[in-house]
Amino acid sequence: MNPIDPQLPPGDPLVMLGLLASAILFAVGIVGFLSRRNMITMFLCTELMFQGAGLAMISYGRQHMDLSGQVFVIFILTVAAAEAALALGLVVLLYRRKETLSAEAWKELAES
Amino acid sequence: MIAAPAMLSSVLALAEGPLDAHAAPELRWAGLALLLPLVSGVLCLLCGWMKVRSKLPAALTIAALGGAFATILRLQGAVGDTPVVINLFDWISWTWGDGSRFHGFTANVDLYIDRLTIFWMLFVTGLGTLIALYASEYMESDVGKGYTRFFGAVSIFLFAMGCLVMGGNLVMLYLGWEGVGLASYLLIGYYFTKPEAVAAAKKAFIVNRIGDLGLALALFLIWQCYGTVEYAALWKAIEAAPASSEWTAQAIPWLLMLGAFGKSAQLPLYVWLPDAMEGPTPVSALIHAATMVTAGVYLIARMFPLFIVNPDALAAVAWVGGLTALLAATIGMAQYDMKRIWAYSTISQLGYMFLGLGVGTTFGASYHVFTHAFFKALLFLTAGAVMHGFAGQLDIRKLSGLLKVPGFRLVSLLAVLGCFWLAAFPFTAAFFSKDEILVSAFTAKDERVHVLGWIGLVVAALTAYYTFRVGFRVFFGPVKYEPGDEHHGHDGHDDHGHAHGSHVSHGSSAAHGGHGHHGEFHPHGPRWAIRVPLVLIAVGAILAGWPSYRTMLNHDEPNWVKTQVAQSSAYQGVAAESHDSHDDHAAASTAAGTDHAHADHGHLVLGMDAHTAVGRLGSLACIAGILVSLYLHLINRGAADALRRTLLGSIATRWIVVGAERKWLVDEFYDWVIRLPLRLVANILSAIDELLLDAGIVNGIGALPAAFGRLFRPLYGGVVQGYAVTMAGGVALVAAWVIWIWLRGAN
Repeated sequence: MNPIDPQLPPGDPLVMLGLLASAILFAVGIVGFLSRRNMITMFLCTELMFQGAGLAMISYGRQHMDLSGQVFVIFILTVAAAEAALALGLVVLLYRRKETLSAEAWKELAES
Repeated sequence: MIAAPAMLSSVLALAEGPLDAHAAPELRWAGLALLLPLVSGVLCLLCGWMKVRSKLPAALTIAALGGAFATILRLQGAVGDTPVVINLFDWISWTWGDGSRFHGFTANVDLYIDRLTIFWMLFVTGLGTLIALYASEYMESDVGKGYTRFFGAVSIFLFAMGCLVMGGNLVMLYLGWEGVGLASYLLIGYYFTKPEAVAAAKKAFIVNRIGDLGLALALFLIWQCYGTVEYAALWKAIEAAPASSEWTAQAIPWLLMLGAFGKSAQLPLYVWLPDAMEGPTPVSALIHAATMVTAGVYLIARMFPLFIVNPDALAAVAWVGGLTALLAATIGMAQYDMKRIWAYSTISQLGYMFLGLGVGTTFGASYHVFTHAFFKALLFLTAGAVMHGFAGQLDIRKLSGLLKVPGFRLVSLLAVLGCFWLAAFPFTAAFFSKDEILVSAFTAKDERVHVLGWIGLVVAALTAYYTFRVGFRVFFGPVKYEPGDEHHGHDGHDDHGHAHGSHVSHGSSAAHGGHGHHGEFHPHGPRWAIRVPLVLIAVGAILAGWPSYRTMLNHDEPNWVKTQVAQSSAYQGVAAESHDSHDDHAAASTAAGTDHAHADHGHLVLGMDAHTAVGRLGSLACIAGILVSLYLHLINRGAADALRRTLLGSIATRWIVVGAERKWLVDEFYDWVIRLPLRLVANILSAIDELLLDAGIVNGIGALPAAFGRLFRPLYGGVVQGYAVTMAGGVALVAAWVIWIWLRGAN
């Protein structure tokens, strides 16, 4: 333990709550990603996982009384916004090719 | 000839500097003899590139070769008794260490001009010019197709031959040697759509490679033993240390000999020459009879100082020459293709030349080269004229009485003249040159070669027989001929009186040239471009005897050829070696000795002195051969076939006919002993390559990644969720593992 690092005592309720929420967000995201075939839904699920991870960072930042976690998340949000535009553009292009949003339509690279 | 003036001046400028002070200024022009054929070769290349469809390449070549001949004629008058080295430009000049002997290698583009060089170039360029003129008509059916290629190759040949003969060092000689080999290959394979021509070209090239290996090794050893490959320095080095007993020095003449045997078609490497007749006839006349095949004789004559110190090597040369002469003559007796008979006669006559070299008469050998060049070119060119006129017919059983066919009288006359020369009829030029060789064989210091004189006399009789077998069959007797099946590609224009393939249907019926029914075959006689060279070459053949006539009339008059040869390296060492022999006068000083110095010598043949005996026996052999031929092939032609049948009928004599007709099975022997094992080894190696290297190693390594990939292929099903489950499962496993460790650490 770094003696200079001011830390909250373990079990701080706000941190625990934040971590719980992030775990739930991540789990919902992963389950959604695995169970749905619609590419837009799958994309939304990845966003959920993203936010879960971000929330975990903020929580740990709080635990360490440090702003780095929050700075990171602001960066991630910016990047995620750009990436969301790109991903949705890709989805639109894929849709135009096969007239469907199902991810199962795309398996050309499969090794049968 | 646009480029000539500019290049001319550059050659003059190059030649200016190093010329010896005492040399005649005309010698400056020697480079032209080399340059002009090169220029015409380049121009022919340009013609080919620009798709010239006229006889321009022929005109260029004839002009260039004529220019080279004129240059040589001019040099002939100017060349002195001492050799002159003309430096055209520096090429290779390396030194290392202190730069003394054995610490440097110099091979510049030099010309070594002495009388032997000029003598050789005289008939090479002269015959080259005439034969190029002949070819301009002979090859005219190929104008626009192969015409340019043909004359380009002829120019390259003359350039390379010039390099070979005039070069001032052995590297130049080697370059020329390979150059004439290349030109020969290109011209034998001229009709490259004919499989036989392609095979013959390859055979000539590959057989020559064996000889060339010998020449190359000899060149290396000469540098190793004497420290130079330049003639001028080499003669001095040899004079200083003539006979080293080291194996390297001893091996040089044997290796040179191998090279000479390859190029000059001697045993055991003669097999390429008969097949080389697949090339156009002017090529057979120029390259494979008159000039290139004498390069081996030139090599040994030029390098004679190296041979004279090695009596065993000289004896080997003599024996190979004598046996080749005999073998080729026996084969020539039983062939039916006119060109092939002349090819074997060429081999046989080359055998005489080597016999002459082996018994030490470089003069006799060179003289025979000279006379042979004319009459053999004449015979080939007349054969070509016949072939040209009779649609490729060369079978002597299917041609008869051409002397009476209109348009062929001159050609036939000249061919018969050539026959007399080849048979060495008394008082023809060839009689004198052959005489010189045989006398030397009988009087040689080396007892081992005396029997070759008798073999030479037997061959003289055989030669007379087979020569006049052709002469009497083809040119005398009743007029009777069948055309061949070749049409020179004349299908487009019928101006030569050629019948088309479908018209030549009268098979074996005797077609008379006179009657003019449409569709009958009319032989077309040659025009001026063929007639003029023939006449000039015939005149040359007659004049070749001139030096001997003069010597005969006036015994003090030295033979001109002998003076040419005596003032060159071909006589270096001959003087020292044969003080008690017949050549002592010859080598003494500038004037060559008299022929009748033989009489001083003790060798007797049948109780007469060698000179008289050989003269009489040679005449007798020649006349006997002609008489036998006269009976069998003119008076009673049925008797020849009857004789053949009788010989075939008896088991004891059957082998003679079969052997001679099938060329003593030498080709088959080489096939079985050399080609078959090589082919087997090649097939085995090819199988190893295909099975072990290609299939085993290369393809095996290539298959490894694929096999490895097959292991992991089921993981990639193509469904996105499949990949996601794998990934999430993996992460979960890692997480579980971390937690397990953490929990264990906590306890």
